[in-house]
Amino acid sequence: MNKTPLNQIHRQLGARMVDFGGWDMPVQYSGVIAEHMAVRTTAGLFDVSHMGEIEVSGPHAFDFLQYATTNDLSNLTDGQVQYTALCYETGGVVDDLTLYRFAADRYLLCVNASNSDKDFAWLEDLLKTTDFSDLNLINRSPEYAQLALQGPVAANILAKLTSTDLSTIKFYRFVEGSVAGVETIISRTGYTGEDGFELYCAAADGIKLWQELMRVGQSLGLEPIGLGARDTLRLEKAYALYGHEITAEIMPIEARLGWITKLKKGNFVGRDAMLKAKETGLPRKLIALTVTTSGVPREGYPVLCNGREVGYVTSGTMSPSLKKGIALALIETAIADSDQPLDIGIRTRQIPVERTTLPFVK
Amino acid sequence: MNFPEELKYTEDHEWVLVEDDVVTIGVSDFAQDQLGDIVFVELPEVGDTLEVGKTFGVVESVKAVSDVYAPVSGEVVAVNEELPDEPEAVNNSPYEDGWMIKIKLSDPADLDQLMDVSAYQEFVEKD
Repeated sequence: MNKTPLNQIHRQLGARMVDFGGWDMPVQYSGVIAEHMAVRTTAGLFDVSHMGEIEVSGPHAFDFLQYATTNDLSNLTDGQVQYTALCYETGGVVDDLTLYRFAADRYLLCVNASNSDKDFAWLEDLLKTTDFSDLNLINRSPEYAQLALQGPVAANILAKLTSTDLSTIKFYRFVEGSVAGVETIISRTGYTGEDGFELYCAAADGIKLWQELMRVGQSLGLEPIGLGARDTLRLEKAYALYGHEITAEIMPIEARLGWITKLKKGNFVGRDAMLKAKETGLPRKLIALTVTTSGVPREGYPVLCNGREVGYVTSGTMSPSLKKGIALALIETAIADSDQPLDIGIRTRQIPVERTTLPFVK
Repeated sequence: MNFPEELKYTEDHEWVLVEDDVVTIGVSDFAQDQLGDIVFVELPEVGDTLEVGKTFGVVESVKAVSDVYAPVSGEVVAVNEELPDEPEAVNNSPYEDGWMIKIKLSDPADLDQLMDVSAYQEFVEKD
């Protein structure tokens, strides 16, 4: 099993560890709901060192990434981050990722842990089919530790450890700076919907960065947060999770990710399939549902309209903030666009649900 | 972890309090700890007939769905009506406020299959 550089820390803190796609990761420390609320009200610290980092550099880096990813790199500046995706020719998703522009010819891709090797192999193979040969593709995943510091007081905590003026780092921007004496990529990004930072440092410095953040953050309510709350936090904000809302069989334009799919930017992998699908009409659409009575929707549960199955839940949970069951579901477009009543099949019962605007928690 | 001595236990981590021919049922401290924050409980109705070893309800934490199994056969004579509105009672008070149902025993021999506290403690340590 893979271990992050912080594995020992989690064990010392008494975290409950689980096998997460081949990684030995903390699912919870004090409890999912308490951790969730800490991030919404004060701050939380996550070990996300399992995420992969792939460097793409060289004269052809821009052209290659513009072809390999769905979003448009042309307006990006140095120090900017972009949410984007890699797709297959079929339009299905290889992975979603954040792309960091260090320079016009140097980028870092932050990819999902369990997809990291697949993504790297995919990019290597794709490269062979193009003329963009003048570039370097390096899998740097083992070299980095990554911590996510998220919550309303995240900036106050981080400011105690760095001379970098954090007010100059806008949302989806990053700088390289020193945090507690550790060289760090300070990125104002996250997966919780709160203000916060994703911090990348050398694997060997990961424990020091964690311990220093916990030390200065404690008096401001900083708590360690496991993968359980990471999932409920992202779902309340309706952020897609690979393997659920997006898969090799689901196009980003079906999963409300049209905003990262720039069909007019020129050719990219998957574009033809998406254009064709748009022309004939997308058969499915991702919608947000809340349970009006009681019950917890879960991944895979059927969505029903007048007793007929019209789709399924891609992610569902009890929302700790709303104290209601919430779900993202992929259903037939015609039904999604109608106002016909919907139910979710939970075991032997049909539970009425309401359509909601995204995100669940504003 | 707290396992009261006066209770009997099952391998599925239910506890059973025997009072004459009526038994009260809930899930053990070990079970609630393993499940984590409990957010939903589904129980049978008074008058339902349960068969030993069969599912009678569901306990859901934020992350997981778990069935609860009848430790004995019999008729449901009471259910904890507070529980659907306060599922966290299973975490906070598994043996008191977190009780689930009362069953009128149809076959007292079912009780012979249950573990006493020392056997259960041993079972949990091996689990």
